[in-house]
Amino acid sequence: MSVTDQVDTTGAGAPPARATSVLSLAGVSKWYGNVVAVNDVTMDLGAGVTGLLGPNGAGKTTLLHMMAGFLAPSRGTVTLDGTRIWRNPQVYRRLGLVTEREAVHSFLSAYEFVLASAKLHGLPDPAAAARRAIGLVELEGAQDRRIGTYSKGMRQRTRVAAALVHDPQVLLLDEPFNGMDPRQRLHMMELLHRLGDAGRTILFSSHILEEVEQVSGTVQVMVAGRLAASGDFRTIRRLMTNRPHVFAIRSTDDRALAVALMAEPSVTGVELDRTGLTVRAGDYGAFTRVLPKIALARGVRVRALLPEDESLESVFSYLVEA
Amino acid sequence: MSTVSWITARGLFGRRRFLLLIPLPLLLVVLAVVSRVLKVDPGQWGPPILVGLGLAVVLPVVALIVGTGVLGAEIDDGTVVHILTKPLPRWQIVLPKLAVATGVTAVTVAVPLYVAAVLAHSVRLGLGLVVAAALGALAYSALFLALSLVTRRPVLLGLVYVLIWEGLLGNLVTGTRVLSIQQWVIALADRLAPTDLLSTTVSVPVAAVMTALVSVGFTVLAVDRLRSFSVAGETS
Repeated sequence: MSVTDQVDTTGAGAPPARATSVLSLAGVSKWYGNVVAVNDVTMDLGAGVTGLLGPNGAGKTTLLHMMAGFLAPSRGTVTLDGTRIWRNPQVYRRLGLVTEREAVHSFLSAYEFVLASAKLHGLPDPAAAARRAIGLVELEGAQDRRIGTYSKGMRQRTRVAAALVHDPQVLLLDEPFNGMDPRQRLHMMELLHRLGDAGRTILFSSHILEEVEQVSGTVQVMVAGRLAASGDFRTIRRLMTNRPHVFAIRSTDDRALAVALMAEPSVTGVELDRTGLTVRAGDYGAFTRVLPKIALARGVRVRALLPEDESLESVFSYLVEA
Repeated sequence: MSTVSWITARGLFGRRRFLLLIPLPLLLVVLAVVSRVLKVDPGQWGPPILVGLGLAVVLPVVALIVGTGVLGAEIDDGTVVHILTKPLPRWQIVLPKLAVATGVTAVTVAVPLYVAAVLAHSVRLGLGLVVAAALGALAYSALFLALSLVTRRPVLLGLVYVLIWEGLLGNLVTGTRVLSIQQWVIALADRLAPTDLLSTTVSVPVAAVMTALVSVGFTVLAVDRLRSFSVAGETS
């Protein structure tokens, strides 16, 4: 990278498009004693926004920490443009990290904090870089107050500003929307979009489907330490919506209801036992619309209708099989 | 002043823990002044106050509070990540922090020691103690800074070293004194300002070499450990 490039990108104004960086994981595993936190993950992250989706405890944070150089992989390699990340502080010229832990030097003001980051990066004009980064997260109004007096969302934005002060090619964020109110969330999503569109490689983790849906086109889904699915979000979402749904039903006449349901195209299977019915539906919406009509027509009263596998974990584990 | 030392100093003085530094040095001065005013023989009060309190308690305890605070406090609250995600060689983080720890400890301890030593004996003894205590501050700070990277309980381990090893064993088993920073400081101070108030069984060359070895060795260890700094994963 030339000096003029650095001046351009750290000065005021929109950052120019540059060659993009690629973060690569090759056969990466991480274990603690007998516990496997991340199991043989291989992925390449290029320009644009990618969501790292998975239930809590799936290994997202462990994976992010390995990408950020804060954990050594037990096996495999994590590289940024071909150079290893572990024990290589030079990668932080191109990489920024926002951790989930809300840790800031609360005795500093946001401006002092971001300025200190700019100085530690050795930027040619730290003051301008700090002002630009604070502008990106719209904290100008509060930049001279002590961080200790900030709300959770403001602290989060301060940390994002500090991570963006050197205009990194790659930005990693661990659960960035936690603790933000809807307006701040929207603003953060817009910011990530802008950075992604400008050719930056942005990876953020989340355990909330809707967050990922709104921000990123591509997702990497982790379940129980493994990479369960990766690719275009809409494809994965369709898989999730179209998967068979299982319902437990109890009614005044289970047998009659079972017979009627079997005639429905949205139903793929019915099981009858002493406790009631177990129904598998291929189409969630069609089934829930048709069930009351059938019950009404047959004079059967439905006492209980319970979806059996609506937890995020089961949605994700379905993806593993798909 | 480098940005790392600026943040470190702000962090040190911005935390309430800093107030812990005030009482002990104050006690040292008060006791020396009272002894002098009451015209007690300096041969009687000099050793217990200068060595027993000053070098055996005030110096290591202040060094422990400061030395484990400059990096350990940031590791505890997670703010260390902000400094580590910078393209700085790790020695550029450890050395400024060591400098702040040594400087703050040396000033906090040397001033009351100087006052007490002048009241007990002479300006020369005061200056000797100032220099020796500063060297001791460096060795202790390097040790405690490294401890905060090696263990999650640096204060506890530091206290065990100061109280059990230097305090208890140092008095009972003279052989352990070879590995006691406190004894090195006494030996160096006694060499710089010979009086009958300070005495140790450790020789001056041993003290000088060991002080240098400990200061350099633990600093190198700290730099290496910081290079491999890992944050705890969610499953650990």
